[in-house]
Amino acid sequence: MAAHESHIVPKWIYFTVFIALIILTWVTALVSTVNLGRWNIFVALAIAIMKASLVALFFMHVYYSTRLTKMIVLSGLFWLILLLFITMADLWTRNWMGVPGR
Amino acid sequence: MDSDVVIAEQHHHAASPALRHHFANPEQQKEASTVGMWVFLVTEIMFFGGMFLAYFAYRQAYPAAFASASNKTNLWIGATNTTVLICSSLTMAMAVHFAAISKRTLLVICLALTLLLGGVFLGVKAYEYHDKWVHHEVPGQNFECEGCVDATHTPLFFSLYFGMTGLHAIHMIVGVGVLLVLIFQARQGRFNAEWHTPIENFGLYWHFVDIIWIFLFPLFYLIDRSGRGLS
Repeated sequence: MAAHESHIVPKWIYFTVFIALIILTWVTALVSTVNLGRWNIFVALAIAIMKASLVALFFMHVYYSTRLTKMIVLSGLFWLILLLFITMADLWTRNWMGVPGR
Repeated sequence: MDSDVVIAEQHHHAASPALRHHFANPEQQKEASTVGMWVFLVTEIMFFGGMFLAYFAYRQAYPAAFASASNKTNLWIGATNTTVLICSSLTMAMAVHFAAISKRTLLVICLALTLLLGGVFLGVKAYEYHDKWVHHEVPGQNFECEGCVDATHTPLFFSLYFGMTGLHAIHMIVGVGVLLVLIFQARQGRFNAEWHTPIENFGLYWHFVDIIWIFLFPLFYLIDRSGRGLS
């Protein structure tokens, strides 16, 4: 954990993250024009998750924050994943059994 | 004895006007504000999460309608607007940086640049909405979607598009309002290395809104772009 004195993040980190975000934005835009079949959505979401992680960790200082703050961030993500995946698991698998009224 | 301690404490606090008396030290005060802001952002994650869930559920139910309708958004305008928003996140991060080293002029410049880029983003968004309006792609009585598959369910895509990008735009408009106040306060020299909590917390809010857009961009502009599912 970074000490209190070293809280000020050096500017080059912001610029590196910024350049990575711009590159990823245009990569994901260009890749979307290539037909990857059902993999298009996974590539697009994987790049989005990478970009969001860069913003959260460095622009929002989560990487340098206290353990309490990190736990709050992770608990938010945890509940979001529960919301999305448990509901979608139902919708993805409902018609596997051929039960009427799916 | 007790009163001596109290006086000593008060004296100590008087030396650091930025520290509120109910906090033990500046580190604790800062962590309290950061945690408070993140708790708010977690509620925002759940708020937007419900809409993302609606998107995924309906996309799962009507893939053909979503595939053809999502080709109605303009990929290059979307990518450009994403770039604009990422630039505004950089200027916001630099604003927090300059606040933390007490550079008042640079802080004001960075906040003003963030405001400008946020305004550009909203302007482009308004142009896109207008374009949809002109082409009757707003769900309602006059809705039509040329070349769309599964006409019964295409309005769902556009309802989610307007609902989610609209909610995002409302967050941007709120952010622009707060930025105006912060620029005014920064010009007065309210913020310095010792205390700049509003700048830090607003930075968290602004970057959070950026993250929401980072997910809206692929969902509405990129997926199904490669021509699958087109008639």
